[in-house]
Amino acid sequence: MNLLPFLCAGWLFLVGCYALATSRNLIHAVGALAVCQSSTYVLLLAVGYRSGGTAPVFSDVPPGARPVVDPVVQALTLTDVVVGATVTALLLALVVQIAKRHGTVDPDELRELRG
Amino acid sequence: MNKTVRLWVLGVGCAGVALLFVGAFRRLPEFGGSHHPYGARAVAAALHRHTANVVSSVNFDQRSFDTLGEQAILFGAVLGTVVVLRQARDERRVPPEPAVVAPTVRRYALVSLPLTLLVGLYVVAHGQLSPGGGFQGGLVVATALHLLYVAVDYRALERLRPVPVFALADAFGDVAYLLLGLAGLFAGASFLANVLPLGTFNTLASGGLVPLLNAAIGIEVASAAVVLLAQFLDQALELVPREGEHR
Amino acid sequence: MTAERILPLLVAVPLLGAALLVGAGRWLPRYTADVFGLFVSGGTGALAVAQLVGVRGATGPVEWVAGWRPEGGSGVGIVLVGDGAGLGLAALISALVTAALVYSRRFFDEPPPGQAGAFPALLLLFQAGMCGFVLTGDLFNAFVFFELMGVIAYALTGYRVEEARAVQGALTFGFVNSLGGYATLLGIGLLYARTGELGFAQIGAALDAAAGGGDALVTTGFALVATGLLVKAAAVPFHFWLPDAHSVAPTPVCMLLSGVMVELGVYGIARLYWATFAGPGGVPAADAHRVLLVQGVLTAVLGAVMCWQQRHLKRLLAFSTIAHTGLFLTALSALTPEAATGVGVYLVAHAGVKAALFGCVGVLLDRFGSVDERELHGRGRELRFVGVLFAVGGLALAGLPPFGTALGKALCEEAAGPGATVLFVAVSAVTGAAVLRTAAGVFLGAGEPPAGPPHFPRAAARGPRTEHRSAATGGRGAGESGTSDEHDTAPGPEQEGEPETTGSGEEPETAGPVTRAPDSMLVATTALLAGGLAVGCVPALWPHLAHAADGLSDHSAYIAAVFGSPETPPASTAPNWKVSGVLLDLLATLLALVLARTAPRITAGTRRAAWARPLRRLHSGHVGDYVACTVAGMALLGLLLR
Repeated sequence: MNLLPFLCAGWLFLVGCYALATSRNLIHAVGALAVCQSSTYVLLLAVGYRSGGTAPVFSDVPPGARPVVDPVVQALTLTDVVVGATVTALLLALVVQIAKRHGTVDPDELRELRG
Repeated sequence: MNKTVRLWVLGVGCAGVALLFVGAFRRLPEFGGSHHPYGARAVAAALHRHTANVVSSVNFDQRSFDTLGEQAILFGAVLGTVVVLRQARDERRVPPEPAVVAPTVRRYALVSLPLTLLVGLYVVAHGQLSPGGGFQGGLVVATALHLLYVAVDYRALERLRPVPVFALADAFGDVAYLLLGLAGLFAGASFLANVLPLGTFNTLASGGLVPLLNAAIGIEVASAAVVLLAQFLDQALELVPREGEHR
Repeated sequence: MTAERILPLLVAVPLLGAALLVGAGRWLPRYTADVFGLFVSGGTGALAVAQLVGVRGATGPVEWVAGWRPEGGSGVGIVLVGDGAGLGLAALISALVTAALVYSRRFFDEPPPGQAGAFPALLLLFQAGMCGFVLTGDLFNAFVFFELMGVIAYALTGYRVEEARAVQGALTFGFVNSLGGYATLLGIGLLYARTGELGFAQIGAALDAAAGGGDALVTTGFALVATGLLVKAAAVPFHFWLPDAHSVAPTPVCMLLSGVMVELGVYGIARLYWATFAGPGGVPAADAHRVLLVQGVLTAVLGAVMCWQQRHLKRLLAFSTIAHTGLFLTALSALTPEAATGVGVYLVAHAGVKAALFGCVGVLLDRFGSVDERELHGRGRELRFVGVLFAVGGLALAGLPPFGTALGKALCEEAAGPGATVLFVAVSAVTGAAVLRTAAGVFLGAGEPPAGPPHFPRAAARGPRTEHRSAATGGRGAGESGTSDEHDTAPGPEQEGEPETTGSGEEPETAGPVTRAPDSMLVATTALLAGGLAVGCVPALWPHLAHAADGLSDHSAYIAAVFGSPETPPASTAPNWKVSGVLLDLLATLLALVLARTAPRITAGTRRAAWARPLRRLHSGHVGDYVACTVAGMALLGLLLR
C-alpha cells in the first residue's frame, strides 16, 4: 500500500519542529513553523486524493463524466492556508518589534523571561 | 536547557511522534481510494445549488461558517499587525526616498499592473464557476497595486493606496459578509442561509449567495493585504528611531 | 425567530461590533468606542443567558448553520450545539470580556493613531472566537475558532510593543500555540480519512459504527487533536508559553487568558472525549483516564512548586493558573458526570477569583510601576481596599468556604477519590499561600524587608508628571529595563545565572500616575470576586451546572441531540456542600495561612530553594526548548494511550 504521501506529511511536520527547535534566527523560525503547517496541507490533500480523479469543478466537465477528488479537503486546505498566512504575518510583525527592542533576532540571546 | 539536552529531548520526542505517525498511517484507507462519503455529498449538494465550483460551494455555502471564522482571523490579524507595528513613541516618520528603477523593469511592471488587476477581478467574479474566488483573486488584486512600488517607488504607491481607505474597505468586507449572513435570518431562514435565487448552472449569476459572499471576501482580502503590507513597508521605509534614543 | 436560530449570533454580534469599531475608529472618541464595546459584549452575554435559561434538561438548541440540516443521517453543514456547557461558557466568556472592558476604561494612554477602537475591537474578536469555540459541534470549525482565539491573543499579549518582554512573550505564545494547532489539524485529517466526517457527533457515530474498537489511527487522532487543546490548557509539558505570556500581557488580557481561555482547553478535552471518543469505537476509558491523570498531576504539582518560587506577581498568578488547570484535569480523569460538575463549578468560580487577583495586581502596577514582590514590600499599605480584595482572593484560591472555588474543590475531591484529595488540598494550599504571602508582604509589610539597599526604580519617575509621557521617558526599551535590573536587589540573571524574572521596570498601563485606584478598576475587580463567591452561595445556580455537566459527559445523548432526536439522560442531583468537603476546604485554607505565615522566614522571595532551581532553569524563555518539550509531550501522550 502506498504510504509515501502520508509519510511525506509526517516528515514535514517533524523536520519543521526540528528547524523550529534549533533555529538561531526568529525569521527562520517563523519559516520553520510554516513548514510544520505545510504538513497539514499535504496530509489533507493526500487524504482527499482519488486515483484518476480531476478537480471538483464542473464548469468544463459535465457532472458524473469523471470521478473528482474530495472537494472538502480542498476547502479545508484553503482555510488552513489563509490561517497560516495571517499567523505568519502577525508573528513576523512581532519579530520586527523584537529586533527593535532586543537588538537581536537570535532566540539564544533573548533572556528576559526566565524561571 | 543547553543545546545538547534540547536535542536529546527533541530527538526522543520526534522518534516517538514518528512511531505514532507510522502506526496511524498504516491504518489509513488506501491512498487514492474511491471512498469519500463527505466529498460525494458535497458534490451533490453543490450541483443541487447550481454551483459549478464545488470548493467554492463548500467554502461559501455548505461550510460558510468556517469562512466566517476564517475572515475574522484575517481581519483580526490585520488589526493585530496594525497595533503591533504602530509608530512607537521613540520613532518618527521620514518621507521615503525616491528610487531609481531600471526602464525595462518599469515598462514591464506598468504593463502588467492593469493586466494583473483585471485577472484578479476576474478570479473573484468567477469564484463560483472556476478555480479561484475571493481569497485568491483578492490577493492578486493587492499584488497588482504593489506593482506600482516595483515600477516607480514607494511614494507613488502611497499616493495610489491611501491606507485609511483600504482599512475602511477591509472593515466593509467583513461587515458585508456578516450582513449577508444576517439577511438569511431576516428572511426567516438560518444565519448564512442561501435563500437567493440559484440562477442557471454554470453562468455568472449562479449559486445564489455564493458570488456575493465571494465578492465580500474579495474586497476584504484585497484591502487586508494592502493594509498588512503597508505596515511592513512603513517599518522598512518610513519609521526610524528618534535621535538620541537608545535602542 | 426560534431559539436555535439565535445561536450563530453569539459569534456574529461581537464580530460585527469589532468590524464597526475598526471601520469607525478614525472618527470615534475613545469614550464612545469603549461604551460601544461594552454594549456589544454585554448584549452578547445577555443573549447567551437568555438562551441558557431556555435550556431544559441536558440538551439545548441545535442549529445547522445556513440551514444544512442532514437528510438521512448525513449532511454537509456545520452544527452549533447550545447545550448547558456551551451556552454557560459563552455567558462566562461574555461576563469576563465585559469586566475586562470596564477594567480597561482607564488603560493605555494613547491608542494607535486613528484606532481608538482597536483594543475593544480586539477584545470583541477574542470573545467571538471563544464563543464560537464553545458552541461549535464541528471539529474543523473548532480548529478555526481555536486559531481565531490564538491570533487575537498573540496580538493582545504583544499590545505594549515598547516593552521588550511583551513582544518576546507574545512571540513565544504564538509559536507554541500555532504548533499545537497544527498538530490538532493533523489529527482532524486522520479522523476525516477514517470516518469521512468532521462533526464531533458524526465522527463519534461513525467510529462506533465501525467494527472493532479503536485502533492506532483512532488513538493517534485523539492524541494529535488533544495536543492542541492541552497546549491551550497549559498542561505539562505544553505549558511553557503561559507564564511568559501572562507576565507581559496587559492586565485585562491576563484576566481573559487566565480566567477563561486556558480553561477552554480543559473544556475542549472534555467535549472531544465525551462527544467523539467515549463510545465503543473510540478511546478506552482506562486510557483516557491515565492520560488525564498523569497530565493533571504533573501539571498541578509543577504549577504549585513554580508558583511558590515567583516574585513577579503576574507570573506567580500565571503558575497558579497552571496548578489549577492541573487540578481540573485530575478531577476530569474520573470521567464521571459528578467529576464534570465539580470541574464546572471550580472552573467558573476560579475564573472570577483569578481575574479579580489579576485586577488587584494591575492596580499595583499602575500605582507603583512594579509587580515585583520584593520591590513592593510594604508599599501597598495605602491601598487598603485593594489589599483586602487581594487577600480574600488568595483565601478563595486556597479554598475558603463559601467561595465557589471551595465548593468546586470539594466536589472534585469527592469525584476523584482519596489519592487525588491529598493533591487538591496541597496544591490549593500552596497556591493560596503564595498569594497570601505576597499580600502580607506588599500590603502589610510583614516579614523581613528585602535585603540590600532599597531600590525603587519607578518611584522617582512616578512623581508629578506631565499628563502624557514624553517621548524620551516613554520609550522604555530593553536598555532601560536592563538598567533597572542591574540595580535590582536580586543578583542579575547574568551575574549569578539565577533563572528568574523580576517584576521591576514594568511599564504602567494608565496615562498618568494613579493616585488612587480608579473606580472602574475596583468595580470590575470587586464584581469578579463577588462572582466567584456567588458560585458557592447561590444554590439556584447548582442545578444548571449539574445539567450542563450531564449533557457534556453523555456520549449518546450528545450524538442523539445533534441528529435531532434529543433524549434526556438521567439527571444527576444538584451539587451541595458536605461536611467532609467543608472540613477539607478549611484544612487547605488553614495550611495556606500557616504556610504564608512561615513563608517570610523561609523564602520571602530572597533565598530560593536550591532543589527547585533545575525546574526554574527549565523555564528558559527559549522558544527552541519549548518546542522540543512540546514534541516530547506529544510522544508522551502517545505512550500513555497505548
